[in-house]
Amino acid sequence: MQTGGQRVYMAQIFHRSTNTLSRVSIFGAVFIVAALTTVISILIRSPYFTEARVVRVQPVPFSHKHHVAGIGIDCRYCHTSVEESSFAGIPPTKTCMNCHSQVWADSPTLEPVRASFREDRSLEWTRVNNLPDFVYFDHSIHVRRGVSCTTCHGPVDQMPMTWRENTLFMEWCLECHRHPERFVQIRGQHVDSPRKLTNCSICHR
Amino acid sequence: MTTKNFWRSLEEYANFEEFQKSLEDEFPPDAAVRQGVVDRREFLSLMSASLALAGLSSCAPAAPEKIVPYVRAPEEIVPGKPLFFATAFPLGGYGLGILAESHMGRPTKIEGNPDHPASLGSTDAFAQASILSLYDPDRSKAITQAGAITTWDAFITNLAAELDPKRLNKGEGFRILTETVTSPTLAAQLKQILQQFPSARWHQYEPVNADSARAASRMTFGRYSDIRYHFDKADVILSLDADFLLSMPGHVRHAREFTARRRVKAGEKEMNRLYAAESAPSVTGAVADHRRAARPSQIQDIASQINDGVAGKGSTGDAWIDAVVRDLQASRGKSIVVAGPHQPPEVHVIAHDLNTKLGNVGQTLEYVDPIEPNPVEQMQSLGDLIKDMQAGAVDLLLIAGGNPVYTAPADLEFAKHLANVRLRIHFSLYEDETSERCHWHIPETHFLESWADIRSDDGTTTIMQPLINPLYAGKSAYELLSAFLGQPTRTTYEILIEAWGQGRNKDEFEKLWRKSVHDGVVAPELNAVGALYERPGRSQTAPTVSNVVAGFSPRSPSDVIEVAFRPDPTVYDGRFANNGWLQELPKPLIKIVWDNVALLSPATAERLNVINEDVIEIKSEGRAVRAPVWISPGHANDAVTLFLGYGRTRAGALGSNRGYNAYSLRTSASPWLIKNAEVRKSGERYALVSTQEHHSMENRNLVRRASAAEYAQRPDFVEAERDTPPGELTLYPEYAPEEYAWGMSIDLSTCIGCNACVIACQAENNIPVVGKIEAGRSREMHWLRIDRYYQGDIHEPEIFFQPVMCMHCEDAPCEPVCPVAATTHSSEGLNEMTYNRCVGTRYCSNNCPYKVRRFNFFNFHSNEAPSMALLYNPDVTVRSRGVMEKCTYCVQRINHARINAKKEDRAIRDGEVVTACQAACPAGAIVFGNIADPNSRVSKLKSEPRNYGVLTDLNTRPRTTYLAKLTNPNPAVKT
Repeated sequence: MQTGGQRVYMAQIFHRSTNTLSRVSIFGAVFIVAALTTVISILIRSPYFTEARVVRVQPVPFSHKHHVAGIGIDCRYCHTSVEESSFAGIPPTKTCMNCHSQVWADSPTLEPVRASFREDRSLEWTRVNNLPDFVYFDHSIHVRRGVSCTTCHGPVDQMPMTWRENTLFMEWCLECHRHPERFVQIRGQHVDSPRKLTNCSICHR
Repeated sequence: MTTKNFWRSLEEYANFEEFQKSLEDEFPPDAAVRQGVVDRREFLSLMSASLALAGLSSCAPAAPEKIVPYVRAPEEIVPGKPLFFATAFPLGGYGLGILAESHMGRPTKIEGNPDHPASLGSTDAFAQASILSLYDPDRSKAITQAGAITTWDAFITNLAAELDPKRLNKGEGFRILTETVTSPTLAAQLKQILQQFPSARWHQYEPVNADSARAASRMTFGRYSDIRYHFDKADVILSLDADFLLSMPGHVRHAREFTARRRVKAGEKEMNRLYAAESAPSVTGAVADHRRAARPSQIQDIASQINDGVAGKGSTGDAWIDAVVRDLQASRGKSIVVAGPHQPPEVHVIAHDLNTKLGNVGQTLEYVDPIEPNPVEQMQSLGDLIKDMQAGAVDLLLIAGGNPVYTAPADLEFAKHLANVRLRIHFSLYEDETSERCHWHIPETHFLESWADIRSDDGTTTIMQPLINPLYAGKSAYELLSAFLGQPTRTTYEILIEAWGQGRNKDEFEKLWRKSVHDGVVAPELNAVGALYERPGRSQTAPTVSNVVAGFSPRSPSDVIEVAFRPDPTVYDGRFANNGWLQELPKPLIKIVWDNVALLSPATAERLNVINEDVIEIKSEGRAVRAPVWISPGHANDAVTLFLGYGRTRAGALGSNRGYNAYSLRTSASPWLIKNAEVRKSGERYALVSTQEHHSMENRNLVRRASAAEYAQRPDFVEAERDTPPGELTLYPEYAPEEYAWGMSIDLSTCIGCNACVIACQAENNIPVVGKIEAGRSREMHWLRIDRYYQGDIHEPEIFFQPVMCMHCEDAPCEPVCPVAATTHSSEGLNEMTYNRCVGTRYCSNNCPYKVRRFNFFNFHSNEAPSMALLYNPDVTVRSRGVMEKCTYCVQRINHARINAKKEDRAIRDGEVVTACQAACPAGAIVFGNIADPNSRVSKLKSEPRNYGVLTDLNTRPRTTYLAKLTNPNPAVKT
């Protein structure tokens, strides 16, 4: 701009350091995205999101540790349909009362159980292991083929209050479906080929 | 053997340019909008809001679910495993033996009962859809008095006062109107009521009934007698307007028996032959080897001419009739003449005469005593009641079932005379047109909610057991009648146990009862000793009817237009009007959904100067009805066919105010035919939805056919039309065959196009109903459709059915175009659809040559009432919006079989996996199995020379293949 032969300069809007900043952000974008992705992928696998290993509050503080490790009750005493149905089965109140009409029959902790039996009203447990509705998991065939309860459910006999041991993510299921021989616990048990076990319709239908 | 010139609709026949263009669009032009237009701003705000909400909601883990076990576990229930209970599906008073599937106390699916002689393991579309009615939110839910909700106790108190002997002198003025009753116990209760009130009367009426056959047997034998047909024993069958494969009692068994004689192996040509004379094309006419279109009133002339011919009165000069006569004469004792229930008694009498002359009685058909304990001619019965009502002689009327205000013929003016009755009690499943004109309405239990007994057309008795407690305040008919007998607190179970256990050792009865309930068929010991009515006897004497027939005069032809009535093929007499599955089920042949139409032949349409969707006015005896036209190739000229069941005013949210009411033209004197109606074009238009042009495969040699004789000569005729490119031309990876390779074979020779498979698939796979508007945009969701093709002349075409579902191509074009690998190929050859991966690009649907993929444009399930959630099959994912879906070969059933087999360390047996469509099919046309096993049934069928794949020139290698249609035409009749 010229006014009467004098040159007037406008002040610089951006400081010189902006140049460095812009260079760093352009070349750093790749790293920022990579870092973000890593953080997110770690986050969604963290117990905060997956709730794996998070203890659930239940109407009655039932201890698997006491019943399984302490007394030595077999899983199938309560989870009766695990060998024949897709669903392992949650015991009816009657199963609890088989013993608890005699043992700890006056314990205030067990009052909800007795109330359920008395009033013919179901106990409402909080689900610990839950799959999305578009996934069809069958307990019976996994048990039959030699996948033990603890392979998926963890050391249940060491859980004073029950938590979910694993994420139940599809990648977790596939670990085994891709390499069944690593997880099947009975020696000599026939395992299907990973090709078969990774058909989508094995679980999704 | 010509396989060209198949056409699906009149537009295609005429090859309109506009029509060709419409086919090229994957979806109709207005497919992008539902109702109203969303502008840009609204769209952006909706999108940003949903994005924000979706982002937020994904940040938190899902809320924990509750798990609720039993307090005391029932003995039989294993959580996660379904139970099956034998019961029966009642329709028109007759029962069809079924097995109802129950998941943790929720009935979810109907299957046929293989031990029941009327079912033989199969079902029909009505039985399949009946489970939807159980959960229908529009069912009547409460006892009402003058529209106000009240209680059963209040009803009992009122009733006791009404039935006080001082007031109700011997039942003077007390009338009961029921539908057809075959239940022994219910009939016994009614008899007891009549004993208690000797002056009371019991009337029976259903709009679709056996009056003509009844009248004919009265004229012929002097008493009522039913006919039981054995189609498997007949070489030649003549149908006189009888749709015995779809709409007569016993049709499921008829279809099984009839098609058993149409399966032809290579080198054979033994096959039955069916002649059909009918006005409106029916599925029976469509599978007939020779079909003659004749006006309803001409059927009698045809029957008479054939009768004369068989009596040896020489040629009639009509090649068709002469051929029928010769064929019948050549098959004495091995033929059947069936008269349709919509034909006048005269036609039935001629059929009796023909069957007698041909020596068929005792061979291919039997005369049996009526199944009903109290058979009546129902129109007469209703007329008597209305006469009494008109005269003011009816004081108390109990309408136990049915909807006579809607279904009674117009000339009887039932609704008007009903007002003369002082106290009216209506008992039904829905609060309908009759309920609103009655003082009391008592909700009826659905048949899956109550004990009952019922008989089938062949005399089998079934104890029906409930699968679920009544969802609403329903009462059974037994409880209601018990209240009239002064025992209002008795339960249905008590009533049945007492009726069946009379005079029987308690322990022995308990055993027989349990067996009978379990089997779904009453044990012979129980039936023989304790049946309240005898099993039908067999009359040994053949009737002599020639002198009766001689009295009939031939009808003179005229050029006035006749109007015939037919029950609707999907909503029947109107009772299924609120059933969404049946409303959206494309009607056989015409493929119309959600409406009834007036069927015309192309020539008559031309004469009346109307085209499809024009509204015509039909006038008769001062009454008029307006109905949209649908032109049906093969329909008789100068005749209009109207369908009952629509035009209801109080059917529920889905059924009300839909279509026209054909009952408003019907008369009691001639309920199935108006001989002289005035028909004119009204100038109005009415939009109809027909699914026949949706998902077109553009007619590339899809249906192949030959006659049995041609097939015997040249078994490889389909080969000549095969144009499969060599396998090595494919770019797809080769799949090494493994232990199982699933495949399906569909026999076009035996498919009767009855639609049972379509509803069975819908029920099994949680397929939603989309409604008329969405169906009009080609968005119906049926995974399985039945394509209908015509061939030949537009006036007398041959008709073909072809069920089409996902072909599970070995080289599937849908798979490589999916950007997210949501549709993939399994090692067993299934073309899998993984819903949770699908992002809804619809590329797969675009690339599918068979047009079998369906897209959820909306969350169609979201509009459903909460009660509908009980209906879902828990083994199949309920799909949401934006997801593609299609036939899975019932992969849930394959997985169950695989798991069971693995648990027993064995291979899956042949026949262990039965798809839902296969299980329902009464004709046994669909066979599914392992094609890697050369000894499986499906492999053997696929190795037959008439096996062919559709569109194999695209090298898709479909796993579903068809067996070419074989017919058995008479060489004496030129086609």
